[in-house]
Amino acid sequence: MPRVSIQTADFDLSTEVAALRVGDAGVGAVASFIGTVRDRHSGVAAEVSAMELEHYPGMTEKAIEAMIDEAFRRFELRAARVIHRVGVLQPGDQIVLVVVASVHRGQAFQGCEFLMDYLKTQAPFWKKETTPEGAHWVDARVADDKAAARWGLPGANTAESTSAASAAAAAAAAASTSANS
Amino acid sequence: MAAVTIRYFASLREALGASELIELGAAQTLGQLRDALIARGPRHAAVLARGRAIRCAVNQVMADETVVVTGSAEVAFFPPVTGG
Repeated sequence: MPRVSIQTADFDLSTEVAALRVGDAGVGAVASFIGTVRDRHSGVAAEVSAMELEHYPGMTEKAIEAMIDEAFRRFELRAARVIHRVGVLQPGDQIVLVVVASVHRGQAFQGCEFLMDYLKTQAPFWKKETTPEGAHWVDARVADDKAAARWGLPGANTAESTSAASAAAAAAAAASTSANS
Repeated sequence: MAAVTIRYFASLREALGASELIELGAAQTLGQLRDALIARGPRHAAVLARGRAIRCAVNQVMADETVVVTGSAEVAFFPPVTGG
């Protein structure tokens, strides 16, 4: 079972959880997240009729595998699986699944949230929404960078320049390891 | 001098195409590459301008603009990511 799948096909949570747990009766906790397509973009009055997801084939899988490796380093996880859909999706469709298994719930909850915050700011996908006014690329959110920075991740997806990115990374690292922040 | 392929995604791809070649100078950083691309013309300048958030990757790994690019590298420029 691959840990990461980038696919157009839909996924089923219970199938993935069962597959994740199989053969490991030491698992005591499974935590999951599903992201879905909303029918409207916050701050925009127009309805979203479709969302198209572009990605960087090859890099996407590699990037998420590296994120899972980091999650295993930080948290006591027994297994993890990420599925991210690409292509054209409709409101109500599932986009992304993160599911992790651990011995106890604290590590499972944290591992799941960590992977989502990491993916939101570093995984090479781009969303394009179709509205009655036409199709437009979704803007990355500063809130997602802040969520990533809480884990000591660079949190510089929206940074204007990569010198700013390096500064943000340094600031995040300093904030997470030092009392003076 | 080697020619390296620059790949574009999302709104950059719509403006500049999926990829283009650029001649690589010795020990050139991603930042210098971006400046060279900006100099290619008004459409490049508009979408890659300093002050716009542009992310980059070398050999399919996120990189900052201080990274030095060698001739066999795969380089990509793209907007801030919006997956998940």
